[in-house]
Amino acid sequence: MNEPTKTQPRIGVYICHCGTNIAGVVDCKAVAETAAQYPNVVVSRDYKYMCSDPGQALIQQDIKEHKLDRIVVSSCSPLLHEHTFRGACEKGGLNPYCFQMVNIREHDSWVHEKGAAATDKAKDLTRAAVSRVAHHKPLETKTTPIHPDVMIVGGGIAGIQAALTLANAGQHVYLVEREPTIGGYMAKFDKTFPTLDCAACILTPKMSAVGAHPNITLWTYSEVAKVDGFVGNYKVVVKRKPRYIIEDLCVGCNECVTACVFKEGKFEDEFNMGLSKRKPVYMPFPQATPPIVLIDPETCINVKTGKCKKTCVEACGDRQAIDFTQKAEMKEVQVGTIILATGFQPFDAKRIPQYGYGIYPNVYTSLEIERLVNASGPTEGHVVLRDGKTKPKSVGIVHCVGSRDNKTHRWCSRVCCMYSMKLAHLIKHHTDAEVFNFYIDIRAPGKGYEEFYEKLQEEGVHFIRGRVAEVTDWQMSKEEEGKLVIRVEDTLAGFVRRIPVDMVVLAVGLEPHADSQDVRRQFNISCSTEGWFLERHPKLAPVNTFTDGIFIAGACQGPKDIPDTVAQAGAAAAEALSLIKAGSIELEPNTAFVVAEECSGCKTCIPMCPYTAISRDDVKKVAVINEALCKGCGTCVAACPSGAIKQNLFDDDEITSEIEAILAK
Amino acid sequence: MKFSYFPGCSLKGSGRAYEESLLPVLSALGVELEELDDWNCCGATAYMAVSDAAGYVLAARNLALAEQKKQDLVAPCSGCYLVLNKCQHYAAEYPDVATRVQETLKRDNLTYKGTTKVRHPLDILVNDIGLDAIKKRVTNPLKGFKIAPYYGCQIIRPYATFDDQHNPVTMDKLFKALGAEVVTYPLKTRCCGGSLTGTVTEVGQNMSYILLREAMRRGANVLATTCPLCQFNLDAYQGDISSDYHESVKMPIVYFTQLMGLAFGLPAEKIGLQRCIVPMDLKPAAALAK
Repeated sequence: MNEPTKTQPRIGVYICHCGTNIAGVVDCKAVAETAAQYPNVVVSRDYKYMCSDPGQALIQQDIKEHKLDRIVVSSCSPLLHEHTFRGACEKGGLNPYCFQMVNIREHDSWVHEKGAAATDKAKDLTRAAVSRVAHHKPLETKTTPIHPDVMIVGGGIAGIQAALTLANAGQHVYLVEREPTIGGYMAKFDKTFPTLDCAACILTPKMSAVGAHPNITLWTYSEVAKVDGFVGNYKVVVKRKPRYIIEDLCVGCNECVTACVFKEGKFEDEFNMGLSKRKPVYMPFPQATPPIVLIDPETCINVKTGKCKKTCVEACGDRQAIDFTQKAEMKEVQVGTIILATGFQPFDAKRIPQYGYGIYPNVYTSLEIERLVNASGPTEGHVVLRDGKTKPKSVGIVHCVGSRDNKTHRWCSRVCCMYSMKLAHLIKHHTDAEVFNFYIDIRAPGKGYEEFYEKLQEEGVHFIRGRVAEVTDWQMSKEEEGKLVIRVEDTLAGFVRRIPVDMVVLAVGLEPHADSQDVRRQFNISCSTEGWFLERHPKLAPVNTFTDGIFIAGACQGPKDIPDTVAQAGAAAAEALSLIKAGSIELEPNTAFVVAEECSGCKTCIPMCPYTAISRDDVKKVAVINEALCKGCGTCVAACPSGAIKQNLFDDDEITSEIEAILAK
Repeated sequence: MKFSYFPGCSLKGSGRAYEESLLPVLSALGVELEELDDWNCCGATAYMAVSDAAGYVLAARNLALAEQKKQDLVAPCSGCYLVLNKCQHYAAEYPDVATRVQETLKRDNLTYKGTTKVRHPLDILVNDIGLDAIKKRVTNPLKGFKIAPYYGCQIIRPYATFDDQHNPVTMDKLFKALGAEVVTYPLKTRCCGGSLTGTVTEVGQNMSYILLREAMRRGANVLATTCPLCQFNLDAYQGDISSDYHESVKMPIVYFTQLMGLAFGLPAEKIGLQRCIVPMDLKPAAALAK
């Protein structure tokens, strides 16, 4: 191994073309020629693809041939290929940290016009890196073991699928769900597109498999309260909200529900989107998992006032499953990896008042219609208007409500075209109504999806291309009387139409949960500007995040349908398994350390550390940093009044030489 | 509370009932308006279509005059309110508009900085003064009034500065505070016909007809507006509309400030109510009781 000499470093510089990504804007040859003149540079080259095998071989060969002890590669983002080039250095016999990467793609060619200025910027950035790398020291990576247990947050189809995959592979899984039952939105659906198989028939067996699996600890009505630690060694605190029912004792007989002092349901039934009423004690739906009831503290008279006959307790009798003294319980567990499958929330249709949701009773959201067409829904599958009896003779389905719209959300929610067509088919089947779809484009890019669209057209469902302007009740003719009128520009026919209907269905889009920012902070991952959890790479690391050991699956990463969600959940489970099977993982050595003889023991650094990695050695009276907990944020380094804390890869001389070089023109 | 006041041509002409009711109502609530000295046309009307540069300069001159006073400018007419706001947005966003405006104003020894806030009286009434203070001033609650609140287009589009673009509610809240009933009127931001009423009459009047008929169908006994052009279009042609559509269309059209004046106990002729072509029943509760 070539040991870097202190006096005279020997630096190799490599300028990558990235095809035309960089070379189309930056004169890479000129950058390489200029870099050859920088101090201590022995070799300077440009090459089409530095990340390719021949590109990496070039570095390895030069290390041997020219006795290089430091390497600079000017190419893309370190996020993408720092690991690749460190590996190349190591294969060439060099310590991987005697390397510095320069981003002349995202920071230069992709954001600038072709010209001398872009080339000059690449030269400046490269000069800074050459100056910096001369001060790099060889560092050793450390490994940390991976705890074999996995936590999955969110019990929709994504969380269920990932949990079963891991549990079947023999791993212990903690599945945490905010709602009282797992199943998510899929449990509310009637049929699934495009095959029209019954959602419950394919989902509920998986739900009960989760409930019964010996390797799965299922915590419903629970939320993650705190996350500490790092890959392989996360400490998670889960808050279990009181459901006032002892889970192990409840058998789900529903006798307490029957006996409740409320003779009829009185409160909005969340599972049926408010289309039916429930009591304060209730089972969310017959196939709920776990199959036990809960008591809603917001509506239960006894929880609120303590003044109730407690007929439910009486009905439960000897089972004694009802416990009004229950308090929130905190559970702390160790896991090695975490999968976030927290899903989405539907767009609030009231945000577009011109579509009349909440103003006209017979304007519905698509999720309400899912419950209406469902045989186990509030009307047992009868599609009727809000009066509870009239069958609609005509129905308009408005696509892209809260999608593809600069005023609300710009993205396509991906599932609405298909579910709208599914609902159109089901409504027609149930009522024989005329059904109109109002669409911008029909997006049906999945297996069997386009065929489904064709089938709908053959069934006589109408498709009108145009974004709906308004749903209103003002009328222009006799036939519009008592109807809702959909006003739309028919962009194929080229005129404005007024279509009177009995029922309007708003195909609401998917949006990130309102608290997605809190969740991402809790798990220390990133979000896209829209609020979807950000994957490490859009193509090649779609379920990884920028935090090692934390994976994402399903609609929390972006809108997606059930097949894609299930595929992604499987991928996330496989990624977690691959870490678990490896048994350990290498940690970045960019941690901070205390130079004990310079530390005065003033404790300034201790409260600054966001990861509680610093403590004080009371015998030696100095600060001590736990390297396993240190994330290398540098806060303590900057805070230390005596400059006694240093950080690997961010030494003062490394940083100042870099800054000096970029300022020296 | 003191503001500069830009009346514009309407409030001195066909829309003088608006000024006649606005001034005493604001004064009753302790708001002082100082009319801008030497104001000129706001730049609305056909200017923007014929020469937008001239339009911007006209608007900017008024804004430059207002800046000297260092207080917010009240522009009650929807056309003025929009064009003054538009001028500020365009001068801030497009350097060529700003340059053009500056160079022309220099000849009048004026400078435009864009520091004056252009305010609508509705915004000031509900958000600065507040409904509680207004309620306290009500001596004659508007019992029996069933009001269709009609906002028109210009005060909320494209610049929705104080209310929702599609479903504004400021007037709704105001009328409830005056003791009136507000009817559900989803056409509240639909076009009144605008200048089409003067150019392509049958199209413009059809739009007015829809607004009037729907207000009647929903049980309103008065339609309240914020805009002199809307007021004129809706009030002046009800006879023509009735004969064209073979239907008796009769709906009093008043400014929101006139309803406030009435609730504050001001005499009808002091708040321009005698100028309505279609007269408004001042005691609808009695009529309803019959």
